[in-house]
Amino acid sequence: MTAQATVLYDAPGPKARSRSRVISVVGILGLLALLGWVIYRLAIPQIAANGAETPPILDPTRWEPLLEPQVWQLIGEGALATLGAAAVGMVGALILAVLFAFGRLSSSALIRVPVTVILEFFRGMPVLLMMLFILLVASTGAFLAVVIALVVYNGAILGEALRAGILSLNRGQREAGLSIGLTPTRTRLLIELPQAFTQMLPILMAQLVVLLKDTSLGYIVGYFELLRTIKNLSTFFGNYYMFTFWLVGAVIYLVINLAVSWLGRRAARAVAAKRA
Amino acid sequence: MNVLFENAELILSGFLMTLRMLLFGGLGAMALGLLVATMRISPVASLRAFATAYTELFRNVPLTLIFLFMVFVLPLLTPDLPPYEVLAVIALATYTSPFVAEALRSGINGVPVGQAEAARSIGLGFGQTLTLIVLPQALRMVVPPLINVFIALTKNTSVAGGFFVGELFFTAQTLANANGNAVIPILIGVACFYLLITVPLGLVAAQIEKKVRVAR
Repeated sequence: MTAQATVLYDAPGPKARSRSRVISVVGILGLLALLGWVIYRLAIPQIAANGAETPPILDPTRWEPLLEPQVWQLIGEGALATLGAAAVGMVGALILAVLFAFGRLSSSALIRVPVTVILEFFRGMPVLLMMLFILLVASTGAFLAVVIALVVYNGAILGEALRAGILSLNRGQREAGLSIGLTPTRTRLLIELPQAFTQMLPILMAQLVVLLKDTSLGYIVGYFELLRTIKNLSTFFGNYYMFTFWLVGAVIYLVINLAVSWLGRRAARAVAAKRA
Repeated sequence: MNVLFENAELILSGFLMTLRMLLFGGLGAMALGLLVATMRISPVASLRAFATAYTELFRNVPLTLIFLFMVFVLPLLTPDLPPYEVLAVIALATYTSPFVAEALRSGINGVPVGQAEAARSIGLGFGQTLTLIVLPQALRMVVPPLINVFIALTKNTSVAGGFFVGELFFTAQTLANANGNAVIPILIGVACFYLLITVPLGLVAAQIEKKVRVAR
């Protein structure tokens, strides 16, 4: 990438370019030093918090459980449980978001005011607390507790985004819809919502990634998703393999989330290009 | 209802711990985020690449995974560790920092290039351009999204309760387990304490957003 003028600095000339190259090289050396330190730190015998000395993290014996197919089967089931909760949560949250947005924009105060209060309530409290609430009060089981809490919480946040999108539209859109004889509800649904949706797509996608990450809170309320599986595996095989399993979990999460983020960005770009 | 009053002290100490998590986690996230944002908009390619990688990495990892590392993996690697509260603050700060960095960056990039060009063309230097023209415009665009990041952080402090930190969520869980017949008042009572932080912050953000919206 060639450097270009931004709001902060001009397009660099030869002197600035060579200076920035020097700093770049120093920066890269610094990063390599950091990386080297991490590898060194993992390659020496580890001393745990209780003073016990164990072989280095990079010792092959620490990675042996990964050779067992059954371990991978369990990890796969955990990942599927994470993806399943996320998928159901995403669909539910989007549907609820439309209802919330319409409710808040309703012309009748009887609908608008209660929906606003409920929205503020759900938006302001932690999902984790909501999961605990559903789990203890409705005793639904962990899967439903996780999914319902994610749907309600993210429905409220996505609903606010959709509402902002609808409000940002040109007023003529609504007037045009009404003037060709559509009812107010059909105007909302057929004219305003699709435009608000495409306009807000980047924000919606970012929130869906947050939803995907929040399925990991199932770990705390006892839903057997990826993190719970990882922790249980390290309990079963022993702390000796904790780092191994944790790293596997981290890589799986990164791959899934980066893929979803990338898809989201692509979708947003494609929609923006179509609109232009 | 009585359960809430009988355990007022416990709930209050949980609330204070939540506030402490929010304060120190927020300060840490601010410091880290500022550093990463500076790298991200600097003219030096390697710093930019590092900041981008950092942002992508920590934005796409669940907070629970970072907590798992801090609480269960780290003790196997180092002999002396700070208490769980400090580990929780570090986890919250690292998780929140990329969101802070993105808010700051989009604020600065949101200032039209023409503003800086105009500043340079009337003879202002880099420092003057930054402090007189770019930052005043960027800051007003940065504050509302930044407040939203801190609202999210407030809610995220509850995760610390799942990892041995005695804050509000932890208190709620303990009380609910001890008083099975009063689960609903306990949980709603605790939720109100969270709303006590998040709702005013949200109102402030909306107010500032309305006030500083510049017509261009």
